[in-house]
Amino acid sequence: MRFMLLQNYGGVEADCAPMYEWTPAEVRAHIEFQQALNRRLEELGELVDAQGLAGPDDARFVVSDGASAPLVTDGPFPESKELLAGYRVVEVDTPERALEIAAQISAAPGQGGAPIRQRIEVRQIMSAPDPEVV
Amino acid sequence: MTEPPGVEGLLRELAPRTLGVVVRRYGHFADAEDAVQEALVAAASTWPGDGVPDNPLGWLVRVASRRMADLFRSDEARRRREDLAASWSREPPDPAPGEDETLVLFFMCCHPALTPPAAVALALRALGGLTTKEIAAAFLVPEATMAQRISRAKRKVAESGEQFALPGADARAERLALVLRVIYLVFNEGYASSSGPDLERADLASEAIRLGRLLHALLPGDPEPTGLLALMLLTEARRAARTTLDGALVPLADQDRTRWDRGLVAEGAALAASALEEGGLLGEYAVQAAIAALHDAAPRHEDTDWERILVLYSLLERMTDSPVVRLNRAVAVAMVEGPDAGLQLVDELAASGPLARSHRVHAVRAHLLEHKGDAAAARMEYAAAAAATANPRERDYLTMKAAGLAAPGLVRDPARPLQE
Repeated sequence: MRFMLLQNYGGVEADCAPMYEWTPAEVRAHIEFQQALNRRLEELGELVDAQGLAGPDDARFVVSDGASAPLVTDGPFPESKELLAGYRVVEVDTPERALEIAAQISAAPGQGGAPIRQRIEVRQIMSAPDPEVV
Repeated sequence: MTEPPGVEGLLRELAPRTLGVVVRRYGHFADAEDAVQEALVAAASTWPGDGVPDNPLGWLVRVASRRMADLFRSDEARRRREDLAASWSREPPDPAPGEDETLVLFFMCCHPALTPPAAVALALRALGGLTTKEIAAAFLVPEATMAQRISRAKRKVAESGEQFALPGADARAERLALVLRVIYLVFNEGYASSSGPDLERADLASEAIRLGRLLHALLPGDPEPTGLLALMLLTEARRAARTTLDGALVPLADQDRTRWDRGLVAEGAALAASALEEGGLLGEYAVQAAIAALHDAAPRHEDTDWERILVLYSLLERMTDSPVVRLNRAVAVAMVEGPDAGLQLVDELAASGPLARSHRVHAVRAHLLEHKGDAAAARMEYAAAAAATANPRERDYLTMKAAGLAAPGLVRDPARPLQE
C-alpha cells in the first residue's frame, strides 16, 4: 500500500526560528538527516518519490469555469504556512509502517539538534480495488 | 549495461549513421528511427556473445531494413508510403556521403516545430543512440511518457513535410542555433543533476559532450559548434570540484582547483581559442567559452582576470541582450570596480524585467553585500534567494550561506567552517 506523507510550511510544534537563523552546523545536520532518511527508505525498497516544492511566494491559485478567462491569484498569501512544502510517497506493507516513517520525518533535527516536531499528514493513496474484496 | 564498453561505444557511434542510411533509403524518419532502435537492441544482445560482424554498419542497416520491410507490408504502412511520396524525396538528387546524413539528422531532431524537451528527447534517441528507457530515467519521467514524447516529436517532424536534406543557406544559421541550443540544454540538465544519489541515471553531460564532439567533427571550421564544445569541456572540467562528497554545491570561488580536470581544461582552452580565431561572425558560445577559459586558467580565484572577463561579458551582453548575461556582467563589474558598482547594476535589473522575482538576483545581491561587509543585509538576501529557488541543492547552499552570516544579537560559533 502507498502512502503520501505531506508536510506544510507551518505545522512545526517545537518553538523554532526560521532556518536561516540556525547555525551552519544545524542546517547541515538537518539536510543530512533528510538525505540519510531517503537513502534508508530507498535501501528498504519503500521510497517511491520524495519532492520538495519551490517557495510559497511563487504559488498561484487558479479557478476556471472552463469558458471565460481563468481567475489566477498571485502570492504572497497570508495563509502561506498552510501550503504544501514537500512530500514523500512510500510503499509499505502496513499502515503502521507509514506512521513509523512519518514519526521519523517529524523528528528531524533543528536548533541545538532538538527535534523540530513537524506535523506530518499521512494519507493513503487510492489504488485498484483488492481482488479478494471485489 | 552489461555489454562490454567496446560494443556499447561502437553501437552508440553507429546509431546516427545507421539511421541516416535507412532514412535516406526508405524515407519516413519516424519508422526508420524505430527500426534502427530495434536493430541496435538486437546488436546489443548478440554481438557481445557472437562477436562484432566484419561490417557492423552493414549489419545494422540490414536488420533495420528488414524491419522497415515488415512495416511496409502492413496496411497502415501502405498508406504511409503514399504519404511519403508527398513528403520526403526517397531519391536524393545528389547522394552525399554518410557524414552529411548525420548532419541532416541533427537538423531534423532539432526541428523548429519541436518544443525544447521534445527535441532533446528525440536527439538523445536518434543521434545519441540511447534507449527510451534510459532517456526516461535521465529525466525522471515514466518510460511511457517519454515514449509518447518521442513519437509525438517524430510525428511533428513528419508533418512539417521537411525533405531529408540540409537546410538552405538562408535558414542555416537559424537552424544551427537550434541544434546548439538543444545540445546545451542536454548538458545543462546533466550539469544541474550530476552526482547525488541517482548514480544509475544516464550521464547527460557526457552525452551532450559526445553530441558536441560529433557536431564539431561534422562542421570543423564553424566557430559556434567549436565554441559550444569548448564551453562544455571547460565546464565539465570542474565537475569533481563543484560538489562535496554528499552533493552540496561548492561555488567557483571556493572550489579546490587541484581537482579540476587539467586534460579537459587544455582541450577546451585550445578549442575556445580556435573558435575565436576561426573568423566569421563571433558567436555567443565562443564568447562564453572564452570566459570559461579565463576562469579555468586562474590557479586561484584571486588570480582571475576579471578585466578581460568584463570585456567579454560586455560583448556578450550586446550580442544576446539576455538578462542573465547582464546579471553575470554585474558580478564582473563588482570584481573590477567594487561591489557598489555591481550592486547598482543588480538593482537596476531587479527593478524591472523578467529577473525581478528571480532567486539569481537575490543570490548575486547577497554575494555582493557579503563582499562589501554588510552581513545583515546579505543574510536576508541569501534567505530570500533560498526561498525563491526551485533547485533543492541550491536552496541548501543558500540557506547555509544565510545561516553562516551572524544576525545582530545572535551568538554563534565562528570556528565552524561554512562548508567542507
